[in-house]
Amino acid sequence: MEHRWGMAIDLDRCTGCEACVVACHAENNLPVSTPDQAARGRTAHWIRIDRYFEGEFPDIKVRYMPVLCQQCDEAPCEPVCPTYATYHNPEGLNVQVYNRCVGTFYCANNCPYTVRYFNWFAPEWPEPLALQHNPDVAVRPAGVMEKCSFCIQRVKRAKQDAAAEQRALADGEVQPACVQSCPAGAMVFGDLNDPASRVSRLANEGRATRLLEELGTRPKVFYLQKG
Amino acid sequence: MVATAIAFVVGAAGLAAWGLQLHSGMGVTGLQRPVFWGIYIVDFVFWIGISHAGTLISAILRLTGASWRKPVTRAAEAITVFALMIGGMFPIIHLGRAWRFYWLLPYPNSRLLWPNFRSPLLWDLTAIVTYVTGSVIYLYLPLIPDVAQLGEHNTPWRQKLYRLLSLGWTGSDREWHALERAMKLMACIILAVAVSVHTVVAWDFAMAIAPMWHSTIFGPYFVTGAIFSGIAALVLVMAILRQVLHLQVYLTKHHFDRLAKLLLLMSLLWCYFTLAENLTVWYGNDPKEMAVFGARTRAHYAPYFWSMMFLNFVVPFVLLGIRRLRTIATAAVASVAVLIGMWLERFIIVVPTLANPRLPAPSGFYTPTWVEAAITAATFAAMAMLYMIFAKLFPIIAVWEFKPHPQEED
Repeated sequence: MEHRWGMAIDLDRCTGCEACVVACHAENNLPVSTPDQAARGRTAHWIRIDRYFEGEFPDIKVRYMPVLCQQCDEAPCEPVCPTYATYHNPEGLNVQVYNRCVGTFYCANNCPYTVRYFNWFAPEWPEPLALQHNPDVAVRPAGVMEKCSFCIQRVKRAKQDAAAEQRALADGEVQPACVQSCPAGAMVFGDLNDPASRVSRLANEGRATRLLEELGTRPKVFYLQKG
Repeated sequence: MVATAIAFVVGAAGLAAWGLQLHSGMGVTGLQRPVFWGIYIVDFVFWIGISHAGTLISAILRLTGASWRKPVTRAAEAITVFALMIGGMFPIIHLGRAWRFYWLLPYPNSRLLWPNFRSPLLWDLTAIVTYVTGSVIYLYLPLIPDVAQLGEHNTPWRQKLYRLLSLGWTGSDREWHALERAMKLMACIILAVAVSVHTVVAWDFAMAIAPMWHSTIFGPYFVTGAIFSGIAALVLVMAILRQVLHLQVYLTKHHFDRLAKLLLLMSLLWCYFTLAENLTVWYGNDPKEMAVFGARTRAHYAPYFWSMMFLNFVVPFVLLGIRRLRTIATAAVASVAVLIGMWLERFIIVVPTLANPRLPAPSGFYTPTWVEAAITAATFAAMAMLYMIFAKLFPIIAVWEFKPHPQEED
């Protein structure tokens, strides 16, 4: 395979500001829930900030962890889908084909990170958000599952641009919306096949761990924190 | 009359609720992240479990040559067919895009896609379609001599129906031999299919890596639970038939006594499996599994768990274990308890695991909405309706088994 996309997230830099969540919503045409639906656990955020608390109040420390689809090499969501709506693409991405999805929910149940989101109703946007849809991303109908795609539309666009100019993709040329918007520069995206890329170097340094690594899912998202 | 009217109204309400769900989306259910499977899946496992009443019991008794089975088998086999028809609807009702359910079937299509046979849902589909086909044949074979007789003298349209169904049965020696052989063969096949079906249903859960689902015990545990609830359904249906159709002469205390003992045995076996499942988790003390175990036994879902233990173990043990208490009425009461208890058991298996995923942040609670309740209620009405229609059209006790036929005369 030509590329193997991966991400490194520096937890020591993350401030939990949720700029990545907002950027993802705008980039990927994510529907906006009503407060009532949100209270019932019906929100869709392809990237979310999990909070962990250390110590007892008032001597408390909060740790933030952005959690998105981990793009596992051995993804538990893939074999259980009866219609191949979720499958592994040649660049190692775990792709969701909305048109094939019939909504069995099985992939979401088998995802240990619970990063799959369902369209409970037809998607809705309060004005004027409906006017800012991204034309490169499909709007999903009611009844299908969706999740983070590592902004595959941006990956494709960058590859096309590079091909048109007859050159190789440069490291850092592709940036998913969350990476681009992170004010702390905590997120790095790139090609894990290229040993010189920033993400490869970060993934191989001593601070890198992967979420629920013990399950053998081989995620391509690396979390960095001091040992 | 009143029963029919109630069944009709409840059934219509369920259809309306499903219509709303199809129109608006799955948001009208109580499902939410992370509990993506709710009482539709509970109902699915429950009804497939009930379907084990017939085939398994009647096939075991037929193969072991238990002669007391004669008035019981037809009633049991009919439960199987109807429970399967209803149970098989639930995976479709549960789909986000139910109108696309046929995309799971292997057929040449414009998407140029074969379904993914690595998915346990495909195994499930295959197993259930096989089981429905097998159990319809298994119900139909012993019906042939009866419909042939019914076709002799009857009202014109019924005569037409019965003659068509009798496939030109004349009652010759050759036909009796062929029928006996076919029934014996089907009994063997259906036993294997029945065990495999509920094992595969269990694997829908066990193949997933969710805490307390990923367990080797699930296959046999589900088969045991299915036979357990199946016998309870059979006892209840027989008690109702005995009263409504005045079958006191055929369905005697003797039959209920035997089935009650079988129910008690299955209760003990089920209890053993439940102990084995929970004790190993508790002793192992894995944090992820203990979160589910705690939710089941001590926290949010504890009332369901302990009611299940009471209904599935204490009630049958007291009512059926003490000989003086074991009557037709108490057997029926214990059966109702077991049916409710086994529905709760499936709820306890499906929901707490999903509500407590591996990462703590997305955990949640699940309460079904009226839409799910209405559809569930409608399936019970549908079961009553289908069973009533069947009992009106066909003899619910195999008539020919009570008459000497040519073979036995020689």
